[in-house]
Amino acid sequence: MPTYNLKINGKSQSIEAAEDTPLLWALRDQLDMVGTKFGCGIGQCGACTVHVDGNATRSCLLSIAALDGKEVTTIEGLSEDGSHPVQVAWKEIDVPQCGYCQAGQIMTASAFLEKNTNPSKDEIRKAMHGNICRCASYNRIENAVAKAAENKMA
Amino acid sequence: MSSTINTKFSRRSFLRTSSLASGGMLIGFNFFTACKDTVKMPVDIAKLNYNDFNAFIKISNEGMVTIFSPNPEIGQGVKTSMPMLIAEELDVPWENVNVVQGILDTQNYTRQVAGGSQSIRFGWDALRQTGATARQILVNAAAAKWGVDASECSAKQGVITNAAGETLGYGDVVNEAAVLENERAAARAAKIAALVEGEKLEEEPIALKDPKDFTLIGTDVGNVDIDKIITGKPLFGLDYKAEGMVYASVLRPPSFGQVLESYDATAAKAVSGVIDVIKIGEKAKAYLAKGEVDWSAKLADTEKVVVIAENSWAAIKAKKAIKAQWSESTPLENTAAHDKILVDLLDGNKLTNLRKDGNVRKAFSQADKVVERTYESPFLPHNCMEPMNFYANVTDSKIHLVGPVQTPASAASTVANMLGRDEKEIRLEMTRMGGGFGRRLYGDFVYEAAEISDQIRRPVKMFSTREDDMATGVYRPAIKYRIAASIKDGEITGYHLKEAAVNSNMYGIIPDFFPAGAIENYQVDVAKYDSNITTGAWRAPYTNFLSYAEQSFLDELAEVLEKDPVQMRLDLLEKVKGTTDDRIQYSAERLQDVLKLAVEKSGYRTPKEGVFQGVCAYYCHNTHVAEVADVVMEGNQPVVKKITVAVDCGIVVNPLGAMNQIEGGAIDGVGHAMYGDFVFEDGKPTSKNFDSYRLIRMNETPIVETHFVKNTLSPTGLGEPTLPPAGAAVAIALKKATGNRVYKQPFATNMATKPILG
Repeated sequence: MPTYNLKINGKSQSIEAAEDTPLLWALRDQLDMVGTKFGCGIGQCGACTVHVDGNATRSCLLSIAALDGKEVTTIEGLSEDGSHPVQVAWKEIDVPQCGYCQAGQIMTASAFLEKNTNPSKDEIRKAMHGNICRCASYNRIENAVAKAAENKMA
Repeated sequence: MSSTINTKFSRRSFLRTSSLASGGMLIGFNFFTACKDTVKMPVDIAKLNYNDFNAFIKISNEGMVTIFSPNPEIGQGVKTSMPMLIAEELDVPWENVNVVQGILDTQNYTRQVAGGSQSIRFGWDALRQTGATARQILVNAAAAKWGVDASECSAKQGVITNAAGETLGYGDVVNEAAVLENERAAARAAKIAALVEGEKLEEEPIALKDPKDFTLIGTDVGNVDIDKIITGKPLFGLDYKAEGMVYASVLRPPSFGQVLESYDATAAKAVSGVIDVIKIGEKAKAYLAKGEVDWSAKLADTEKVVVIAENSWAAIKAKKAIKAQWSESTPLENTAAHDKILVDLLDGNKLTNLRKDGNVRKAFSQADKVVERTYESPFLPHNCMEPMNFYANVTDSKIHLVGPVQTPASAASTVANMLGRDEKEIRLEMTRMGGGFGRRLYGDFVYEAAEISDQIRRPVKMFSTREDDMATGVYRPAIKYRIAASIKDGEITGYHLKEAAVNSNMYGIIPDFFPAGAIENYQVDVAKYDSNITTGAWRAPYTNFLSYAEQSFLDELAEVLEKDPVQMRLDLLEKVKGTTDDRIQYSAERLQDVLKLAVEKSGYRTPKEGVFQGVCAYYCHNTHVAEVADVVMEGNQPVVKKITVAVDCGIVVNPLGAMNQIEGGAIDGVGHAMYGDFVFEDGKPTSKNFDSYRLIRMNETPIVETHFVKNTLSPTGLGEPTLPPAGAAVAIALKKATGNRVYKQPFATNMATKPILG
């Protein structure tokens, strides 16, 4: 099997895997980084969202062969200790119910807020539209994204 | 004042104490059943015998408290709220409390279930008693140390104070407390042994706090797992790993009614990372043949092909490469046929009566008018975000199972029976669950994992893909309701509810829900059609659809009667007051109060231009809820903007968690009523993933505004009760917005919208 050198959370990681292996499964099974979740496998639910060069990307559809020279950030690398403004806002609002989709929600929100520091309600709703929360904690996700923007500005 | 020993929660009947070899104090209690008087606590926490206790508290010499929570956590918040009940009465600062999911040995966990929104209701007295008893033991120890009477001492926030103002922390007295309590327990056992036949031991009751003195219950407490969730730490079943573990993906028949005929795994075995391709099902089938099965076991009624691989991706890829032939063991079913069958059942005379008051037939024959409507709902998949999965390691000496299941006890017992093993050999650990919604009440995925590991004798993680979950799952059954009411002199004189459902009918006290008790002539009849499609409980079983049918119908009756729909409900509820019918468990007063509160808070009496509001009130899972949906027209599309929810769940243990459940339940109710559709053709669903199955997403989500009825009644659950009224409130608002009533779910595809004309 070929070997791939990935840059994940600022560290170089070498993994041996089939070339079509999605980043999601490389992270979870081979690198023991299970914060990135498997939800649908077809890019429809957003549970597997990571940042690739700062853009929110579905890791279930992204093969590791396509990551040469790219920088990947996962939920584990968003901050060392949960201190990223989006994570702080998630805790302040107490967003999760089951919690399974929340890493993906946080990754989508954090990439979004890098590009739009002062989003309107509609912009938040549109930006988060691709992430499903089956427990429907949507009101709190919406509030937490707004709160994170507020915290970042402060 | 003293009470006799046979009170239900007599403290020593469920509580045992020990001083730990490592220092500190261990208090074991049995949350579900009383344990034997002879049971002793170990001095080493690792030797705690779960046969005798299913939950415990550890207090360290530093005064830190670890509460091991017994119930499965599926997102309903019990891992936070149940320990709060103990901590309140123990009276410790919440910051000093660490909550850990109880590690489980299933042998004695007979009622350890997440289901029916019942955890808090049943835990309310028992958990507080446990905390209060532990506090009393600590106070007694401090009093002994000071040489004063315990009645002169008080405990607050982990500190005991005597009359002279001296203080001792809980941690300072835990070792003495454990010894003292063990001595007292021994003395008590001797007293019991000396009792004459028929004589009862007199004991002082443990006084519980007056609700007005609560310092923790009623405050906002955040999710105890929040830090792990937001930083992506391993927490869920799919995250669990063990040394030497391999991955398994199961190929099940594509259609219900099919069984495996043969398969060719040549191409699958050639996929890099694949270890083997095997067949399972013999043991499950043999167990099924014994006839002691639940609904979900139907899923096991065939052989299946399993890819064993070094990683998940190889397993997923190889499964697609298997060439399998399936044969038809029973006819392949479809939704169009079900629709006809269910209507035929409603039209026919083979219904079973569940409740009959007065004489409905007579009321109908004497009526000025009879209104009859039929309401239809589809199958629904649960779609837990974490797909079904389980870890199993079956060896000659033991069976280790780890993963997300709402019913660990029955899963373990089935595995033992299926594999011909002793239940004592099984150790089952529950992980946090990425959603339950009823799906994880059924342990088919546990049985599969166990059978695979039994065969390959390796630790294995069986995991489903989304397509596996959606297309070979357990579903809410398709149901149709026909409701008829007779009207005489402007009053509702008779009410006849008929249910036709796939596989199973409403049960328990559901036929006794409002408007039962409010209408003199009242009848509920049910019929079912046995399908080979697997069905089961889905968040708020039956009521998740029944509420919409009945509340929509009541709204239509109000329209026919030219009555205000709120006033009509209040008047009907008035007739229930003082009922002597003990089957009526809802409170007419509480239902009236939530209805009034929702009406007040939503501005229902002063509607805004362009906002169409639907109101309803519903009782289920022991909680009273009223909801008002606000719908506006955007172009010719009705949009649900807001749901105002009024809830009476008694004392609100953790408002922050409670509101999360309420918001989620209401939005879930709106989402499935609006979009949830699931059609079968040739025995298989036409939707297999989220590209063809529509779940509500953020930009379709109404804002939920919650209002509690404040009282000091014992708390009831919130995992389900706000879901059923939501679809009803929306349907009623849609009528106002579009002029049309919608009789079939999902509304998005079944409602007629009228174009807005200039």
